Amino acid sequence: MTDTEASESTEVDEAEEVETDEAREALLADLTDAFGDALVEHHLVPGRDLWVRVDATRWIEVVTALRAELDFGYFDFLSGIDWMIAPWGRYEDTAFGGLEADDEGGGSISLPEGPGYAGGDSRFQLLLRVFSVERQLGVTIKADLDEDYPEVPTISSIYAGADWHERETWEMFGFTFVGHPHLVHMYLPTDFEGFPLRKDYPLLAREVKPWPGVVDVEPIPEHLEAELEAAVMEAAEQAEGAS
Amino acid sequence: MTAVSDREQLSYIAGQAADARVNVELQAGDMTLNIGPQHPATHGTLRIAVRLDGEQVVQAEPVAGYMHRGYEKLTEVRTFPQVTTLVNRIDWLGSFANEVPFILAAEDLMGVEAPERAKWIRTILFELSRIAHISLFLGDMGVQLGALTPVFFAFRDRERVLNQIEAATGGRFHPNFDRIGGLKDDLPAGWIAETKATMEKMRTFCDEIEDLLMGNEIFAARCRGVGVIPPDVALAYGLSGANTRASGVDWDLRRDGDSAKHLAYDQVDWKVWTHPDGDSFARFWVRLQETREATRIVDQLCDGLPGGPIMAKVPRIIKVPEGESYVVTENPLGQMGYYVVSKGDLGPFRVKIRSASFNNISIVPWVLKGVYVPDVITILGSLYFILGDIDR
Repeated sequence: MTDTEASESTEVDEAEEVETDEAREALLADLTDAFGDALVEHHLVPGRDLWVRVDATRWIEVVTALRAELDFGYFDFLSGIDWMIAPWGRYEDTAFGGLEADDEGGGSISLPEGPGYAGGDSRFQLLLRVFSVERQLGVTIKADLDEDYPEVPTISSIYAGADWHERETWEMFGFTFVGHPHLVHMYLPTDFEGFPLRKDYPLLAREVKPWPGVVDVEPIPEHLEAELEAAVMEAAEQAEGAS
Repeated sequence: MTAVSDREQLSYIAGQAADARVNVELQAGDMTLNIGPQHPATHGTLRIAVRLDGEQVVQAEPVAGYMHRGYEKLTEVRTFPQVTTLVNRIDWLGSFANEVPFILAAEDLMGVEAPERAKWIRTILFELSRIAHISLFLGDMGVQLGALTPVFFAFRDRERVLNQIEAATGGRFHPNFDRIGGLKDDLPAGWIAETKATMEKMRTFCDEIEDLLMGNEIFAARCRGVGVIPPDVALAYGLSGANTRASGVDWDLRRDGDSAKHLAYDQVDWKVWTHPDGDSFARFWVRLQETREATRIVDQLCDGLPGGPIMAKVPRIIKVPEGESYVVTENPLGQMGYYVVSKGDLGPFRVKIRSASFNNISIVPWVLKGVYVPDVITILGSLYFILGDIDR
């Protein structure tokens, strides 16, 4: 049910971090009480933050409990993540920073698959951040959504601020918020096709005009390097002499 | 928090009246008025379509997106150091403040801590952005009410602060000065003394604005009791910054937040200002006090600025280890945060930009219901938003 390995493996080295950690442990206990088996997994980094993953089919129940029982009165944001690795990388096939593509740190590297904190096995994850002014603690709630039909009930009647965030997430990720009062485009034109923040949506600007990449950071040609260095050293010496 | 003030009650009654009056008094139907996209009160290009019944707003619908630049997508093809150039342009009046939470999030993931001096200079520049930003609001609020004098004062004195930012960073509007692990450069010689002199002038500016507006009868009549936002509504909409503090919520991320320990706010003596009313006047008042308080913070930081390096040891090519981090700071417009997901690459895997104005403006349909047309402008002005901060 919980991945205690992650929370145990993080070392606690400062006294004040232990204190914050206790507050988050208490919060986690409260969340576990309130959500019951709707809480699937959690990840706690002492002194930093708490992530929990909940069952998407019980989304309304969870969010209601957050606001009504757990004092999370402050709505921070709602968004999504697409955990798919983008098929075109980062549009930087060329070397970066003077390194060749196969050097460490240059070019494209293979990214680790799989989701981040608090796990999950779905491509799409819903992300909700709420904060409690009383506790002075925030928590990130995640929920796995179905890849083909990412659907979740709206929480705009619980947190009024979620209205716009759900609209934005809907147009950027294509998650449907069932029961949303006004699910229309926020930023994009009404006839826009596709969901731009999904990883399989290409960045059209880069398709049209490739990133200059290496042109920006072209290394100094070898035959000039020694010459330039000598000039720089000379200038530095002169400056030193002058002062 | 549950006690309802007279002002809240009045605005509630106005809202109810708006509901009841739909198509009753004017059988001809409602009139739709488009405010913007180019109205000066909108600080960019926001359009608000309001449905009117006579002079009263029945429904208001902000239409954003005229300035959407897709920064969240763009960050996915940038390296970590390149992202600060983009995020500079989110809230363009307080640019330096935009960089800080992103850098802090990246530092958090890397386990890098900036040296003490860098933290202090960051805090000074952060507060200078706030002063430059909010001083424009203070003048601008007059313009919304037809008083032109304050805005000239504001532009004149804001320039002094921008000069200081420019002297330190090289950029008047978009410094791009913050680096993972510290700052690009140290402060130039003589900067501290000049900044302190500027802070003195900004305090005079605050006094002038107070003289010009606070005692003014028209100002009071147009702002007091207008656009009341109760604290629980403000929090449920995710309002932040001076907008919540004007509703009586004593919460400031500079004092309370986790990010505070990465900046130098705990090293100085300052106060969080709140106002119980939650109306346009309260929002103006809180911002005015905060500008004053910021000048005092800058003064104290300048006096106690520690020596030492301004850059921690970071690799030349920055790769951020796998992980997720959410860092928020108290920006001039309110709470700004970046949810950064890294997969160990040169650039972020996903960045969710949580900007203050997006949430601050999402309350507009609620708060404008039942108000009269002239008040629409003062309420929008008092909520204070920057379009780049809504659209990102």
